[in-house]
Amino acid sequence: MVLELQKPRPIWQIMFSTHHTDIGLLYLISSLAFLFLGGSLALAIRIELFLPNIEGTGQIIADSMTFNRIFTVHGTTLIFLFIIPFASAVGNYFVPIMVRYKDMAYPKLNAIAFWMIPPAAVLVWLGFADFTWYAQPPYSIISAPGPAADMWIFGLKILGVSSVLGAINFVITILKCKHPDMSIGQVPLLAWSFLVTSVIIIVAIPTFAAALLMLLTDRLGVSGFFNPAMGGDPIAYSHLFWFTFHPEVYVLVLPAIGMMYEIIPRFSRKPIYSYNSGVFAFVMLALVAFSSWGHHMFATGMSFTEKTVFMVGTLAAVPASAMHVFNFIATMWNGRIKFATPMMWAVGGIALFFAAGAGGVVNTAMPLDFSTHDSYWVVGHFHLFVMGTIAFASIGMVYYMFPYVTGRMYNETAGKIHFFLSFVGTILVFFTQHVLGLYGMPRRVFDYPPIPEWIAMNQIASVGAMIIGVSMAIFLVNMIYSSGKGQLANTEDPFGLGGKYYYPFEAKNPHH
Amino acid sequence: MSGHSNYPEWIYVAVVIALMAWVGAEAWEAERLVEHIPEGAEVIKVTAQQWFWTFEHEDGTKEIGELHVEVGKAYKFEIRSKDVIHSFNIHDYVVLMDAVPGRVNTVWFAPDAVGVHDIQCREYCGLIHYNMRGTLYVEEPSS
Repeated sequence: MVLELQKPRPIWQIMFSTHHTDIGLLYLISSLAFLFLGGSLALAIRIELFLPNIEGTGQIIADSMTFNRIFTVHGTTLIFLFIIPFASAVGNYFVPIMVRYKDMAYPKLNAIAFWMIPPAAVLVWLGFADFTWYAQPPYSIISAPGPAADMWIFGLKILGVSSVLGAINFVITILKCKHPDMSIGQVPLLAWSFLVTSVIIIVAIPTFAAALLMLLTDRLGVSGFFNPAMGGDPIAYSHLFWFTFHPEVYVLVLPAIGMMYEIIPRFSRKPIYSYNSGVFAFVMLALVAFSSWGHHMFATGMSFTEKTVFMVGTLAAVPASAMHVFNFIATMWNGRIKFATPMMWAVGGIALFFAAGAGGVVNTAMPLDFSTHDSYWVVGHFHLFVMGTIAFASIGMVYYMFPYVTGRMYNETAGKIHFFLSFVGTILVFFTQHVLGLYGMPRRVFDYPPIPEWIAMNQIASVGAMIIGVSMAIFLVNMIYSSGKGQLANTEDPFGLGGKYYYPFEAKNPHH
Repeated sequence: MSGHSNYPEWIYVAVVIALMAWVGAEAWEAERLVEHIPEGAEVIKVTAQQWFWTFEHEDGTKEIGELHVEVGKAYKFEIRSKDVIHSFNIHDYVVLMDAVPGRVNTVWFAPDAVGVHDIQCREYCGLIHYNMRGTLYVEEPSS
């Protein structure tokens, strides 16, 4: 690993580098910056919903348009500018080392893929569109104000190309550049998660790229693919969008599971319970990812047969996800577990992954979906994935990588406080939102009627969000302070685990 | 791979698959019953537009933002939209169906008690989506 901050270099050396750890560092810093930016928008949403509008009081954000723009950019930022680039950061650091190659297969392509992100981010943030991250026509065609909407479309277009370039690079690196002595069955599970994810990206993203172009020409008025006034069908967009973005859910979650596969055995001081079932479950999830997009559209007037097919396709993802959970628990079973900060985040993430999956079964059971669809239940459900599982694994990975990147140790106590506050906060926000959904509160609302139960649960959720906000401030201070002034880390064994089961990415490790 | 037996995992996976099969079968059976529209249900045409609901009864009377129905009767909603996608929702009766421009979606319900319930829009439709609300009055039969 490279100790960037211990041996200060001029910033342009990192910026113009094509070395995989430098690009990993750029991905890491930019994605964490967007975690804080997107998270502060979430706080704005929760503060606004703390009180309903009663006789002109209780509104903090001036108008609903601003609020709608905030939740749109919140979602877009955290999905496309935090989760996906963060996974690329981890992949850039670890994949070449895990397959024992000197760099990514195409270093310049790698740098280009990263440098497409800042212009896209500028388009999304300066535009501040209002049509949700879903951009559902005909609203996005006939109602959404430009140029924000058009800037969002171009931004997403660029991010899509960036993902595909990155994915091609990972596939080639893993399949073609791995050490000749290494069979594909010896590639660590973290690298496997990137292989599977990259294949999903290459298959899924072009569909959305096409849909975005059609959306743009529809907005320009030269076509009417999705505009019913010109004979188009808005539901066609939903199909194209979800054909990309249901698999995208697995693009987000599989690297996070891969990160847990890196952390859990290390801190349990045991080998992974079953490598083969981990690989099998990854491949299974990649396949069933493409069989379930329709479950987002049960309420658009789908026929009974379509709904049944997509329900079965969705339920098929459960056994493979459950295999991962089993694998984690069986690995920890009888292990000499060291609950250092990365391990706490990984274990907390597994618990919330289980809760999120259980909620997902309710969503896909057809009659129940009509109770939860487009309500706060759904908000709680997918946030348990993106925050509870993916962000938890990612933050665990930040702590895990910290000594290798900076050569220093973070403050362990602050890391643990960060975990406990975030865990409690996440449960307060997102479990409560499940119940709020069952009471019928719709998503994406600027204001709500003063129903006592709704007020109480919104306030619990807002308090939870504040707790997460405080914990993230601790995280930020810890990262900045420790990277400059933290204790020097023993990079041979920074977590004091001993034994032979750790750090497979250290190429010099004879046990690798 | 490493010399231990994996049979607990296979048992576990079998249990999960069995559970999912049970959930799927129950859901299939329930949805089949829920989707069966009873004979002779009264048709109410629902029209969504930014940002209010219009209801037209079989006898031609129109209501805006309010819907009066009689307890014990079955009603079939024919849902249309004039502009963007909305979603017609009476949460207390689990009535939820998108209003898609260019399509007519149907959903039915049979109120079983006198009462007042909220009607709301559950699909993001712009500026006043949050306040695209209505009221359902379930009343005693008039005759």
